Amino acid sequence: MLKQRWTKVLVFVASLVPIFWLCWRAWNQNLTANPIEFITRYTGDWTIRFLVLTLAVTPLRKLLGLPDLIRFRRMIGLYAFFYGTLHFITFIWLDKFFDVADMLKDVAKRPFITAGFTAFLLMLPLAVTSTAGWIRRMGGKRWQLLHRLVYFSGIAGVVHYYWLVKSDIRLPAMYGALVGVLLVYRAAIWAMKRKPRVVAQRPATISTGALRDNP
Amino acid sequence: MLIKKPADIRYSEITPKSIYMNRRNFMAGVPAAFLGARELLSPSARALAGTKLPNVQKSKYTVDEKQNSYQDVSTYNNYYEFGTDKSEPAQYAKNFKTAPWTVSVEGACNKPRKFTMEEILALAPLEERVYRHRCVEAWSIVVPWVGYSLSTLLNKVEPTSKASYVAFETYYDRKQMPHAAGLQFPYVEGLRMDEAMHPLALLCMGMFGEALPPQDGAPVRMILPWKYGFKSIKSIVKIRLVSSQPPASWNVTNPPEYGFYSNVNPHVDHPRWSQASERRLGEFRKRATLMFNGYGDQVASLYSGMDLKKNY
Repeated sequence: MLKQRWTKVLVFVASLVPIFWLCWRAWNQNLTANPIEFITRYTGDWTIRFLVLTLAVTPLRKLLGLPDLIRFRRMIGLYAFFYGTLHFITFIWLDKFFDVADMLKDVAKRPFITAGFTAFLLMLPLAVTSTAGWIRRMGGKRWQLLHRLVYFSGIAGVVHYYWLVKSDIRLPAMYGALVGVLLVYRAAIWAMKRKPRVVAQRPATISTGALRDNP
Repeated sequence: MLIKKPADIRYSEITPKSIYMNRRNFMAGVPAAFLGARELLSPSARALAGTKLPNVQKSKYTVDEKQNSYQDVSTYNNYYEFGTDKSEPAQYAKNFKTAPWTVSVEGACNKPRKFTMEEILALAPLEERVYRHRCVEAWSIVVPWVGYSLSTLLNKVEPTSKASYVAFETYYDRKQMPHAAGLQFPYVEGLRMDEAMHPLALLCMGMFGEALPPQDGAPVRMILPWKYGFKSIKSIVKIRLVSSQPPASWNVTNPPEYGFYSNVNPHVDHPRWSQASERRLGEFRKRATLMFNGYGDQVASLYSGMDLKKNY
């Protein structure tokens, strides 16, 4: 079922629901007494949710025995970038009003903004090289290596959230735990693979592969 | 186009507010139907919130700035006992019981006693004061509060020479506040005696001519317009006159970020964000933050000779 084309359309449309909901609330002037803060938080929330979802695809494929979930990973990852971009635009446009000096001061001086900016920057090359053409040009191995940056983007995103709250750390702690579990899972797989095994050998070449065999 | 513009007419003439209040009555109707029996048994336990306060006089302590709407002030609240999201207090404080209510004023004074809410409201003529209110999170509002100077209440108990500070405590009841999070409760705050006796320090019972709604700290709270909002403690049940500096909740939670004084100061940044500017709710561009939130002429003398970078 997951192989069918409509499932991809479904995921595509479902991922747009948050932005449509935001527009609907804006249209109805229902963005709280502080709309700019609301939009900032809303787009930030959805960025980290999509980041966690992206990181969850590979473990879920294995754990649920649904290898076809890979078909959605790029799209979900690009949605993380999409909401991250909206979040960033909200910051530089609505919050800072393109005051570049003020913005750079913030990036350098406020650790939570530095972390958020880092998380966003790390996503940038991944979005650019997300096409099949780039996988071909770079070669599966190198492409895969580059795309491990998403781990650091996830970590930076959580740190960004954690450093930004005043005292109620429940939500950043939850996202931290999720990202932590998803990364520990990968570390465990990696550690197991590194154990010298006498007989079992991995196939030497990556077949259609970069996408499919990525732990 | 995304930004809601506050109406130019005064709050009392705004129809949407009454519609808004009706909507709340309607929404409250459903749970009220279930609670009905208990409410009938103790009608006095109903909240005063929203009732018009009598004989409110204009005060000279008023700024001539565009006020925020009742909607803004009553739906965008930091009141961690009722949830840490700013939209939560309006929702979770709805059934907060604010009557009967007493405030105990005690400690270093000759006549310690308890005041009922009725006594507090009758103690002195109520004044309407339009104050700027600046949150440590770099947003601000302009609100017509109703009350009188805290000094009026404190003078009634005759503070002794040992009273160097005033300690405040917020009501806390886990049953009524199941969403409380992020801080140690009950919430406590403190002022130096001279700060507490300053005429701008307002003991506040209402806003927009009406009794405070629960999410704004009903039935009685402090308003300290030259300090960050969290100093203006809500739903007060205890006021103690003490000889040494009392604990203050945010200061206890995170001393490097929230000082005891917490005067509005654009030159001392919060470690994680700038305090140089603020967003007035309803405005698009940020505006510069004023020293002591613009009340320097009145309060700067309280801090003469103090290093405000150290005593933040």
